[in-house]
Amino acid sequence: MDTQKTALYEYHKSLGAKFVPFAGYQMPVQYSSGIVEEHKTTRSEAGLFDVSHMGQLSIEGSSDLILALEKIIPTDFKNIKLNQSKYSFLTNENGGIYDDLIVTKVERGFNIILNAACKDNDFKIIKNALGGKFKLTLHKDLSLIALQGPKASEILENIINGISSLKFMNGKNFSYNSAQIYITRSGYTGEDGFEISIANNMVEDFAKSLIAKGAKPIGLGARDTLRLEAGLCLYGHDINETTTPIEANLKWAISKRRREEGGFLGYNKIKSDINGELSRLRIGIKPAGKIIAREGTKIFSVDGQEIGSVTSGTFGPSVNGPIAMGYVKFDFVKSGTKILLEVRGKKYDAKVSELPFYKKNYVR
Amino acid sequence: MSEKKFSKQHEWVSVEGDVATIGITKHAAEMLGDVVFVELPEKGKTVKKEGQAGVVESTKAASDVYTPITGEITETNQSIVDDPGAVNKDPEGHAWFFKIKIKNKSELDELMSKADYDKFAKENPN
Repeated sequence: MDTQKTALYEYHKSLGAKFVPFAGYQMPVQYSSGIVEEHKTTRSEAGLFDVSHMGQLSIEGSSDLILALEKIIPTDFKNIKLNQSKYSFLTNENGGIYDDLIVTKVERGFNIILNAACKDNDFKIIKNALGGKFKLTLHKDLSLIALQGPKASEILENIINGISSLKFMNGKNFSYNSAQIYITRSGYTGEDGFEISIANNMVEDFAKSLIAKGAKPIGLGARDTLRLEAGLCLYGHDINETTTPIEANLKWAISKRRREEGGFLGYNKIKSDINGELSRLRIGIKPAGKIIAREGTKIFSVDGQEIGSVTSGTFGPSVNGPIAMGYVKFDFVKSGTKILLEVRGKKYDAKVSELPFYKKNYVR
Repeated sequence: MSEKKFSKQHEWVSVEGDVATIGITKHAAEMLGDVVFVELPEKGKTVKKEGQAGVVESTKAASDVYTPITGEITETNQSIVDDPGAVNKDPEGHAWFFKIKIKNKSELDELMSKADYDKFAKENPN
């Protein structure tokens, strides 16, 4: 399959982007200033991310659709308010995760944001589950950009009047150059920010005006260090088809009603995870020194027993040290527990850490 | 010190007497991006030409550092372990990696001149 390009490809190039193939797309991994600088800029000012590779699925329907979606996604579709967004998952029959997603209730039904690498498979799964009764569109005509950081609201207000009153995990239609665009207050960095869904033929103009107002372009490299500092999962690494939301420490994303009533794929396993003893849990990890424990690093107890492995690890520029996430046996999940990480054949001291590593600044 | 020579694995070598100072090239540092971790070989250890002699990590990935010269490690640069970012700032100067007591001087002849390396790096960006 040919590598695809987003509508902003040429613009990224003009901004000095270095590209990498990611989920079938040529995506900017960094610009000239580098990952650490881009990361810090997002924390202190505002960063602009092209996330147009992600899937933007819209499903049209009303009460029938709510019932159908509740069978495959454990969100409380019955109680979600118009323009409200929720983090959830597409679960499989074993309680594992096909994908994690953000669902937003809109007037005609629901918008769902999917991971780039999963979107085509997700589309098939959802389409099958809905049995041809609803109109599903995986939008190729739309781009998605994220503006993140403490100055995001101020910068976007210059272009979209009234944006600063939008609440966290809420969206709304706004008009831009006499067209409609949909903006949610959300993101993947641990900062306040927005995700803007806009037609491909308008996105470059829009991005340019954000840059002109002071936003800096940020690549996927910094997106990864930012999300890891914020303790957010990366699909295919920290969560996958074999991890349940409960093991992934994402129980909060399943509402009380859905936890009690179930009625979604994989509920039996998820229910027993909630009620019984979990065998493992996703935790934060802080190595004692400078050593970086990458994905796949084995984790040991201080008495030498293998207790798990790292699923994401890097250097956190705002933490100014190495950080990681991984799964360990349930006896070792308490924050502060001493553990050992095996890197290149040697064992290094580390501790189980609270998540996030970096405190959020969301506007509620 | 002698004029620098360069290896295909993107290291530079500078010779004084029978001691070679080795680091990674400016091109390699740029390709790596922000260096956030450095691991150096132990003093006294004998390393073989093109053998692994250290690790350098960016936010993205870990890469091995190789030695272009066979010999015994006589000195390592602790300052880049303490401040890995120095590798990006001055890769071919203060941010040298280690010094080696050269075992076989003829190995130096197999390395490239600056002009040849620059051409090589352009053609082999990774």
